[in-house]
Amino acid sequence: MYVPTLAELTAKGEKPEVLFWVGCAGSFDERAKKITKSFVKILNKANVSFAVLGTEESCTGDPAKRAGNEFLYQMQAMANIEVLNNYEVTRIVTTCPHCFNTLKNEYPSLGGKFEVMHHTTFINALLQEERFSISGSSFKGRRITYHDPCYLGRANQVYEAPRNLIRKLDAELVEMKKCKSKGLCCGAGGAQMFKEPEKGNKDINIERTEQALETQPEIIAAACPFCNTMMSDGIKNKEKEGHVQVLDIAEMISNAEDL
Amino acid sequence: MTFIPNIIFAILLFLGIFFFRKNILFVKRNILLGKAIDRYDQPSKRWANMFKIALGQSKMVNRPIAGILHIMVYIGFIIINIELIEIVLDGLLGTHRVFAPYMGKAYNWLIASFEILAALVLVSVVLFWLRRNAYKIKRFWKPEMEGWPKKDADYILYFEIVLMTLFLSMNATDSLLQELGNPQYFQAGFFPVSQSMTPLFSSFSAPTLVVLERSFWWLHISGILIFLNYLYYSKHLHILLAFPNTYFQNLAPKGAFKNNETVTKEVKLMLDPNATPYATRVEETAVDKFGACDVTDLNWIQLMNAYTCTECGRCTDECPANQTGKLLSPRKIMMDTRDRLEEVGNNINKYGNHQHDNKQLLGDYITKEELWACTSCNACVETCPIGIDPLSIIMDMRQFLVMEQSAAPSDLNNMMSNIENNGAPWPFSNQDRMLWASEN
Repeated sequence: MYVPTLAELTAKGEKPEVLFWVGCAGSFDERAKKITKSFVKILNKANVSFAVLGTEESCTGDPAKRAGNEFLYQMQAMANIEVLNNYEVTRIVTTCPHCFNTLKNEYPSLGGKFEVMHHTTFINALLQEERFSISGSSFKGRRITYHDPCYLGRANQVYEAPRNLIRKLDAELVEMKKCKSKGLCCGAGGAQMFKEPEKGNKDINIERTEQALETQPEIIAAACPFCNTMMSDGIKNKEKEGHVQVLDIAEMISNAEDL
Repeated sequence: MTFIPNIIFAILLFLGIFFFRKNILFVKRNILLGKAIDRYDQPSKRWANMFKIALGQSKMVNRPIAGILHIMVYIGFIIINIELIEIVLDGLLGTHRVFAPYMGKAYNWLIASFEILAALVLVSVVLFWLRRNAYKIKRFWKPEMEGWPKKDADYILYFEIVLMTLFLSMNATDSLLQELGNPQYFQAGFFPVSQSMTPLFSSFSAPTLVVLERSFWWLHISGILIFLNYLYYSKHLHILLAFPNTYFQNLAPKGAFKNNETVTKEVKLMLDPNATPYATRVEETAVDKFGACDVTDLNWIQLMNAYTCTECGRCTDECPANQTGKLLSPRKIMMDTRDRLEEVGNNINKYGNHQHDNKQLLGDYITKEELWACTSCNACVETCPIGIDPLSIIMDMRQFLVMEQSAAPSDLNNMMSNIENNGAPWPFSNQDRMLWASEN
């Protein structure tokens, strides 16, 4: 698939309407790459002129900051801000709530002021502006539960955009007991993704997967590559791979439209 | 001779307020041992938060049973304090029900409403006790609640039961004396609740009833003054500190963790090709410690949070780490911070300034294992009914562990060196960032 980089577009004298910040998971993680590609398909379908930074992108520093390494985080942040400001980037969309949160909330005081959107909000806006539409969804009537990523929900109050997209798919949205502001973490945040959990009696992703399975879903919808990994691992642990899928909302929309 | 009760009352009141003031100043001094933080912006939003969350108890009802019971005790507490004005005036002036002659029928309604509220408080407090001690709700029996915290919670409930019972008994004996036509006890008040208690006292003679009524009156006001001074030693300070605490709570999105400005200066210096490192060293002599290992490294709002915490445990109940059996409990983070702060405060009281006591918050109170179990999910912050932020303390302490002691778990060190070397938390070459686009 052809994906323009900001360097290429700038060389041609073009300016995209939005920068797609792919994120490390979206770039390197096998599972998350599928989400990245699905989102690109949606952007193309809606004729959005976009670009990525490609090799000029680097970790936002979120896991370093949450692990306590403020120095490394700020080094990453400053370097990224310099790249973004050099290209005069004003709007950013990202498929990762951690990148979204850091770019949106933690970069401004370091000199990086951008309009930052999570892809679920962005896709909603595209639908609202009628830049593409969802017709005859293959998800019609399917039972879907949505897991709120902490860094999208509690951290940034984005609860409705992803739910609205599930409803647009004509799917049956069933809520877990712990949802929205009370949603239970998947266990990956705060740099936990990169370490073994502390001693306890259960892994957090198993607890959350059990809560999701209580709703008897066919699909667990996620909106974060890390939640996706944690919930997928939980489903494997429960030996439910054949019955329950874990899908990012971008994947669902791209599948529904057969993009 | 007739002024002796007035004088005793005045002394009692003075002592009660004197010691209370002393303790509050002590709390204030301790809180201000924390670092400065600018939370004076958006005053209208802050006032609104205080009215809604502290005065309006909006977050309490997120758990309806505890929330409604708490609101009954809260309203009872506030309204019955109006009666306290009369009690204090009566005590000082040697009068009895000084408001009655001025208020007419309204006085009857006032006393009746106090009685109903007192009864509601009694019922709520008994239910609270049952929730803790008979139903044994899990969050009240976590390890950090063992010993004093558990007793403290029960003592507060007993206090309230005793105070409300004294208040109602005082009214019951008073109404009997009114019926008997005792000249000092003129017709005043309407007693819908204590009426049911009069049979307990109806066999006593008028002089005995006077003694009983006076005893209940004195015990009630003494109890209130004792309770006022108990606040400082207990978790119950929230009845005062909930107000400033909600006023000063974070208004930024919960995901926005503050950027350490000292680090910003250093990073800017490193990235600035024109900087002359030797010339700037001078102003850097007083470089702060990165992060927090003791209470004085925290900011004053974090320390106020610690004094405000009433150990309800909603944070711990919502914490994913705690739910899955890890050692971390956000409530314990707050309790440890307060305990250590009091220790530092007592140290200052003893020696005039803080003498090194070979102890600190990190290690002696809060362990690394607790700190590393946090997922930074903000569930604890979200659920706190009075705006306490345990997460910010955890993050500040992680910062100390990593930046001052390089004491991160080895997995995290790997992750961080990956970011340093190739700009991603995994060991992939940055040149491969676009491979996904050419893969199927």
